[in-house]
Amino acid sequence: MARAQLTAGMTIDGFRLHERLHRGGMADIWRVEREDIDLSIVMKAPLLDFEGDISLIVGFEVEQMIMAELKGPHVPRLVANGDFAVQPYIVMEHIPGPTLLKRSLERVLPVEEVFQVGAEVAAALSDLHQQDVLHLDLKPANILFRPSGRAVLIDFGLSRHVHLPDLMEEQFHRPMGTTEYMAPEQLMRVRSDRRSDIFALGAILYQLATGRLPFGTPARMRQVRRRVWRDPVPPRALREAVPAALQEIILRCLEPMPDARYERAADMMLDLRYPDLVVLTERAERLQQSDFRTTFGRRMRAAKTMRTILASASRPPPRAPIILVAVSLRPGLEAIRQALLETAASVLANMPGARIACVNVIPSSLIAVDENVDAAGDNIHVQRLVELREWARPLGLPKGKITYHLLESRNVAGAVVDFARSNKVDHLIVGAPAAGSPSAKVSSRITAEAPCTVTVVRRDSSHAGEIAQGAAEPRQQRYAE
Amino acid sequence: MLIALLADIHGNREALSACLADAARAGADRYVFLGDLVGYGADPEWVVDRAGEMVEAGSVAILGNHDAAILNPSESMNPVATAAIDWTRGRLDDAQRSFLAKLPLTIEEGDRLFVHASASAPDTWIYVLGPREAFQSFRATHHRLTFCGHTHYPALFNESARTLPQLHVPDDDWPIPLLGQRRWLAVLGAVGQPRDRNPAACYGLFDAARNRLTYVRVPYDVELAARKIRKAGLPEFLAERLSMGI
Repeated sequence: MARAQLTAGMTIDGFRLHERLHRGGMADIWRVEREDIDLSIVMKAPLLDFEGDISLIVGFEVEQMIMAELKGPHVPRLVANGDFAVQPYIVMEHIPGPTLLKRSLERVLPVEEVFQVGAEVAAALSDLHQQDVLHLDLKPANILFRPSGRAVLIDFGLSRHVHLPDLMEEQFHRPMGTTEYMAPEQLMRVRSDRRSDIFALGAILYQLATGRLPFGTPARMRQVRRRVWRDPVPPRALREAVPAALQEIILRCLEPMPDARYERAADMMLDLRYPDLVVLTERAERLQQSDFRTTFGRRMRAAKTMRTILASASRPPPRAPIILVAVSLRPGLEAIRQALLETAASVLANMPGARIACVNVIPSSLIAVDENVDAAGDNIHVQRLVELREWARPLGLPKGKITYHLLESRNVAGAVVDFARSNKVDHLIVGAPAAGSPSAKVSSRITAEAPCTVTVVRRDSSHAGEIAQGAAEPRQQRYAE
Repeated sequence: MLIALLADIHGNREALSACLADAARAGADRYVFLGDLVGYGADPEWVVDRAGEMVEAGSVAILGNHDAAILNPSESMNPVATAAIDWTRGRLDDAQRSFLAKLPLTIEEGDRLFVHASASAPDTWIYVLGPREAFQSFRATHHRLTFCGHTHYPALFNESARTLPQLHVPDDDWPIPLLGQRRWLAVLGAVGQPRDRNPAACYGLFDAARNRLTYVRVPYDVELAARKIRKAGLPEFLAERLSMGI
């Protein structure tokens, strides 16, 4: 596999090499240019000229294959893949960085930033998972940010596309990954569980919040096993400023049993965005690692636990969709609220495991009162939250299956659609007041712009709760006949 | 170039028509018949004639074991298949038989090889069901891509420097990149008698420019095909299995 050394000034397939930006253990990154491409681009070229480690070559093949399948803001745009017979390379959009690794090495991040960065990375991960790709080597060095703050994931050499042949699994009979962030099931070569990425993200957040790695730096792959019985030092014991909600989120990700972690990156993102709504368990309160007896017992049972982990990781995870109900609290709309409630209940019955997000939009004009802005605003908030809870009470949902959100915006439809998009909502339920009324515009705009299925619930005195899918045709027609 | 790969049609007119229509809609500009035009199904004449017309117009076809058994009754087969072959033999005229007789065992096109069963010994009809057979087949060729049929189970193998090729069961209708630096062996499912518990006809679409292979599933009028088999007096099991995909 000996190839010509790449040097500045060379041209490969029209790409002119300018300077080497990075020399990694596996590949070099060059800043390149091609006349017909009006985008800042880099070339990633594997180091194949030393005594070939075949995993490097296969990893590069995998990365070429997977990047060609990926789209969207959370991955660098692919420009070209180089032929292995000539010079393997990947030319892609240049995301300037720095990586999250650099950022986290410089200092321990303020808590708000941990939430914010975590939510962005969870959003990127959710996007990746929705495109049927598992990263499987998520770590701070593989995370960059766009100027907008959006996270970009890179380095797909160990990744897996669920619909394509897994070249890694076929070639290697040993586990691969970065020991610091690896989920226990990866030790057993499970390469099909999205929750392995959730585990890694938990380890990353732990590091960002405390400046330490949850399981240290195991020198050997076998030592990864230890995290099955030894729980990490609770983040709050290392840094008092870590809120209970953040500890809850992090420790939930780091559960050895995949079933005990977040089911979807989108759920985790929601918790990171709205920490007040996180359901706290014993995990949030912990200030010490488990005692010797507990740990010893777990260690004795480790082999059995590993088998359970393997079984749970190999099962397809249940779907836990998010249903958004946009609830208007204006007086006089009791009938439509009742119809919304009935529809929410029936949609929920058809989506086992789903959770509901109740959303109410407060027009900003209501808050901008001349005096006592804060007090008035607070009152409105509290009052509306109480009303939302009251509305949802008949659903009888446990905490964690329902959340309440107040959005402030002048543009009601836009706020609801933005919320649905940024929180990866699966199904949106909205009421449509009597046709012709000015607020009918809201529901039609939501229907037109929502990124998911929309159920428009029309108030109907004799058929309360009847559903019209999509842009509802006025039901009034029926009465006109 | 978009190549439609049709294996194991087995005299199933309804399934072949549905696949050809689907391929035409997808924009296929080349058709390859990967063997076993006849056997099992009730419309061998129609299928042979259709394939004959298409070959006349530039398509290619290779020989399968059932096609060979029409010409040479000594080919060993199970009793049901033998009954179907004996019935089929009586249905074909001289022209149709001579079309089958002229079919080659393999066809090469650049880096592609078309063969009915394993390339290791095309005339002995070895089923490529797992890594070992795939390994034997890879060893026998220098082609980057081998397309075959015969097993009625969709499968995809890629050659590895380290281990036996692993079996990948392709997802339906999902374009799979056949990475250029590797060698691939694609076993297409059956058009006329799928056995992977999915009764829909299976054929392949290979996009040569983008180097992607899709295993396409096409639902067709299974009931009609089964009725014809019963009406022809062929073994009942041949009708039943179609709707179950076994």
